[in-house]
Amino acid sequence: MLKFEHVSKRYPEAGEVLRNINFSLDHGEMAFLTGHSGAGKSTLLRLIAVIERCSRGHIWLDGASVNDAKTGQIPVLRRKIGLIFQDYKLLHDRTVFDNVALPLVIAGYGHQEIGRRVRAALDKVGLLGKENKYPVTLSGGEQQRVGIARAVVNKPPMILADEPTGNLDPELSSEIMKLFEQFQQVGVTILIATHDISLISKMNYRVLKLAQGELTSD
Amino acid sequence: MLKAIQGGSKKSPRGGRARPVYPSPSSRPIDNTQTRKAGGRWRDKFNAYLELNRHELFVSLERLVDTPFSSLMTIGVLAAALTLAISFYLVVANLNQLTLGLQSTSQISLFLRDEVQDGHARKLAEKIQLNPDVQQTGMISKAQGMQDFLAYSGFAEAIQALESNPLPIVIQVQPASSATEPRQLEKLLAEFRQYVEVDRVILDMGWAQRLRALIELFEQAVMVLSIFLAAGVLLIIASTIRQELHKRRDEIIICKLIGATDGFIRRPFIFTGFWLGFFSAIMAWFVVAVMVLALKNPIENLSGQYDGNFHVLFLSYPETFIFFIVASTLGVTGSWMILQIQLRQLIPE
Ligand SMILES: Nc1ncnc2c1ncn2[C@@H]1O[C@H](COP(=O)(O)OP(=O)(O)OP(=O)(O)O)[C@@H](O)[C@H]1O
Ligand SMILES: [Mg+2]
Repeated sequence: MLKFEHVSKRYPEAGEVLRNINFSLDHGEMAFLTGHSGAGKSTLLRLIAVIERCSRGHIWLDGASVNDAKTGQIPVLRRKIGLIFQDYKLLHDRTVFDNVALPLVIAGYGHQEIGRRVRAALDKVGLLGKENKYPVTLSGGEQQRVGIARAVVNKPPMILADEPTGNLDPELSSEIMKLFEQFQQVGVTILIATHDISLISKMNYRVLKLAQGELTSD
Repeated sequence: MLKAIQGGSKKSPRGGRARPVYPSPSSRPIDNTQTRKAGGRWRDKFNAYLELNRHELFVSLERLVDTPFSSLMTIGVLAAALTLAISFYLVVANLNQLTLGLQSTSQISLFLRDEVQDGHARKLAEKIQLNPDVQQTGMISKAQGMQDFLAYSGFAEAIQALESNPLPIVIQVQPASSATEPRQLEKLLAEFRQYVEVDRVILDMGWAQRLRALIELFEQAVMVLSIFLAAGVLLIIASTIRQELHKRRDEIIICKLIGATDGFIRRPFIFTGFWLGFFSAIMAWFVVAVMVLALKNPIENLSGQYDGNFHVLFLSYPETFIFFIVASTLGVTGSWMILQIQLRQLIPE
């Protein structure tokens, strides 16, 4: 599903942030990506979603080359990925419902389908009944869950989550993790960047560890 | 529109009303019994597309209404430019109408060579008379010319001192009323120049023709001015859309991150451009209508005093229609232009 071959990323300002990364994820595999702050976790996820392009190496997603994706193909590629951001990235002048509906609107679904899917997604993250609220009136954890609902609403084959539990209490965190497990069981490939070691150790999944931009353990 | 996404400001959402991304489903019951036929999915998508466009059209209208002051200012400036453009257009149209019924005759004078005799000249005049574009010819013989000259100029004595009559024979040609256009006259002149007897040809344009030529010049000036005004409208719209783009930068970035195409991102801005063009057209139309109404009576009274039957022209229905189309198209084009330039700069891929 996802394959990194000798991938490096350098920023002119920060130098080589990722060095010679090699790994692959199978269909329906779930893995954690850990490492100290500044290790390059977010950068790695950004390379997959073509928010950044890698400087060297090759990335494959679902059989297609991410490197070769032309600007016009990026939207199609991104619709295969449910992105969950460290800072949520919600639209603050839109309701929870509209935020979650956005990927479906973009993909051109009809309103009935949208209504059904959005409610299903909100139900999964335990926010049913808050559809008409605005993100700023929600707690950090609730906003995070709106972001998760938005990422899964379009049923993407791959989910990339950047610190999805950063603002959640342990109880909610493990609930969210259970949610990810559910997605994994229906065949979604999931990569979760986190430095929540206790969370990782509780669950028995593959762990990719980044240190100083290199993959130190797999 | 979108406030400080990253800043995490905890201000409550803008005072404006909720602006749903999509018609709220709560108002529409889910129809679970709906069965899908083959090909239904394509139909669904198409309907969804139409629905989205319709919805976005009104959302962008709402955005304009939400900031009434700045919207009105922009529309006012645009309307001023459009008002100027139609005013000039109407002035030209009315002036053209003024000369339409006017008949004044041009005259062509053929100065014959010195050696041509009166008899020969008379024959030539008769020959010219046969041309269907010629209404009448007249001949001024050398002697006749001399008499006129003596009568009207103060050089009688000086002329009489000359041994021979230096004045040429002149054939005066009045073009037919069917041949008053400059181009037709030009053709006649060229024809006359070919006669060996003819020394020089001089066109004495009628005053109506002169007026018409002047108006034609004015028309061209108006054309150039209109192009400048249209360019101004484009630039104003482009700059307005640019500001809007920067205001909604975060929103655009988020949409791109979750797979929005450029087309999807462009759409609301294109619609905003359309509305700006459309509303300024309405405003300009009303301003001009008021001006015309105010000027109509005085002008027509004046015309009546001169026995004229001049009626002040306003935009006809087709012209109004075209004007609205043009203004809206300018709006769409202006925003499209700036999107083309800025979208890539704003959000580097
Ligand atoms: N756009 C950028 N331009 C320059 N340098 C960058 C950019 N983005 C990230 N970096 C650098 O790359 C390094 C890795 O950043 P990254 O955000 O991937 O770390 P991280 O592992 O996600 O950290 P955290 O756990 O704090 O989120 C950092 O040193 C950062 O300074
Ligand atoms: Mg990070």
